[in-house]
Amino acid sequence: MNIRVITPGLLTTVQDAGRSGHASIGVGNAGAMDSVALRLANYLVGNSHRSAGLEITLLGPRLRFDDDTLIALTGAPIRAHCDDSEVPSWRPVAIRAGSELTLGGMRHGARSYLAIAGGIDTNCVLGSRSSDLNAGLGPPMLVAGAALATHRAPVDVGGRLWKQLDADRARTRAKMVAATWLIDPAPWFDPATQTPLRMIAGSHCPHLDQGSRRALFDTGFRVGVDSNRTGYRLEGARLALRKPLELVSEGVSTGTVQLPPGGQPIVLMAEAPSCGGYPRIGQIIAVDLPRLAQYRPGETLHFVETSLDDAQTRYLQRERALSRIAQNIARRLRED
Amino acid sequence: MSAVRIEALGDCALVIRFGDSIDAQLNARALAACAALQSAALPGVRDIAPAYASVCVHYDPCAWADAGDGRLPHLRLGERLRKLVDNVATQPWVGAGEIIDVPVCYGGEFGPDLHAVAEHAGMSVDEVVSRHAAGNYRVAMLGFAPGFAYLLGLDPELHTPRRANPRIRVPAGSVAIGGAQTGIYPHELPGGWNLVGRTPLTLFDASRATPALFVPGQRVRLHAIEASQFRTSAA
Repeated sequence: MNIRVITPGLLTTVQDAGRSGHASIGVGNAGAMDSVALRLANYLVGNSHRSAGLEITLLGPRLRFDDDTLIALTGAPIRAHCDDSEVPSWRPVAIRAGSELTLGGMRHGARSYLAIAGGIDTNCVLGSRSSDLNAGLGPPMLVAGAALATHRAPVDVGGRLWKQLDADRARTRAKMVAATWLIDPAPWFDPATQTPLRMIAGSHCPHLDQGSRRALFDTGFRVGVDSNRTGYRLEGARLALRKPLELVSEGVSTGTVQLPPGGQPIVLMAEAPSCGGYPRIGQIIAVDLPRLAQYRPGETLHFVETSLDDAQTRYLQRERALSRIAQNIARRLRED
Repeated sequence: MSAVRIEALGDCALVIRFGDSIDAQLNARALAACAALQSAALPGVRDIAPAYASVCVHYDPCAWADAGDGRLPHLRLGERLRKLVDNVATQPWVGAGEIIDVPVCYGGEFGPDLHAVAEHAGMSVDEVVSRHAAGNYRVAMLGFAPGFAYLLGLDPELHTPRRANPRIRVPAGSVAIGGAQTGIYPHELPGGWNLVGRTPLTLFDASRATPALFVPGQRVRLHAIEASQFRTSAA
């Protein structure tokens, strides 16, 4: 199956679950910023959770589908049309060959995800199809005129949608039909930017001076305009250590909050390098990273401190919830 | 030997820390632990990042979820890592066997900061080149960018503070000194280290069967080449 890129949107990249296993040669994970949204989109079209889809930033692309296909949109709520019909998010949508999908702006949030049945088939680099724009690995961002191929779609999903589309076409020449069921987006997309992000104190948090430690949790930080998939620069209170630390480079990850000498923290995001040498004042907990991925430059975020035990308990709960959803979706797709 | 600490880097990574400095012995212990971890192939380990004096273990907490004792994954994996590290401590570390020979064209357009390094060290440019090329280097770690190698073994006389104004673009292959460290830039990158020379070798190419020229622990020898040789090998 082929997809042609008519307009690329602001910053649209191919992303999957990431490029793990190569940190020892300096290769970071990359992958979707809101990894849960991409996973759910993949489930909704019958894909594996590791399939590649599109990460759409702030303004979406226009795409033409050369064959019949099943798609799903998740993440930030995005204006989406298939020719003249509105395309709803968080559910499978069958669209006919020759359809044009126009993705517009987002009411809230910064990143939407488009999964296509079968998953996008670009060259696999070190075990992943993710674009790592910072490291220059994987496919480049989408450009007008580019073509994307997909793997063969799973055959046993969405049969009822296609039948309905055939029946509708006899009457309305409809080129798309959306499933009547959907997954509840509420646990997976929170439009409220004032909900604080949970942070575990990092190794060097005790070295912050007293005022800085208070400021970290009591004041808001604006996401800087030069933030990207590698990291968010946070503007607000300047934080300082009681005395400078001499550190040697060591492992960092997505969600690590570093404090460079200037005093403005940086939160590392999906394209975090494998190692860093700045003081590590905190770590955003894994279950809050998808929410962090949805902040726009200029928006203000707050931190609240939590424990490692709380973070891991929440992580295990989230994974149980996601596997239940995956099973339910798989059953619905077989029935459809 | 200093006590080994196991610290959490958030809820999906644990760091085994042997120390806090750039030191060949600490690095050897970190790399030995990394090798032991790789061969142990523990469940749920997503990635292992060895560094100067530590190893970061990225993991999926689900693989270490409650086995009925109510303990959380970070405790269960932490305990497993502690045992593994205790066993490693008794084994001498051999490291990567093969020595990689790296040609370097020093000075001129390839090493614009060679004079500054010589001035700081209070020696002639020729002396800097012969001391730098004579070093017995070992790759302590790769990081910062894919394939960027941090080398241990820089002559202490050549330690040079980082540049006050980092460059926006450091050419691929640049051999540089930053404080007590020396390293080689795999791609064009921003950087604040002093550039003393450049190698025509390709340090990282994702399309090669082995993308990175070096692995952690690799022994590296440098030898000075002429600009004409650089151009011939780079062509």
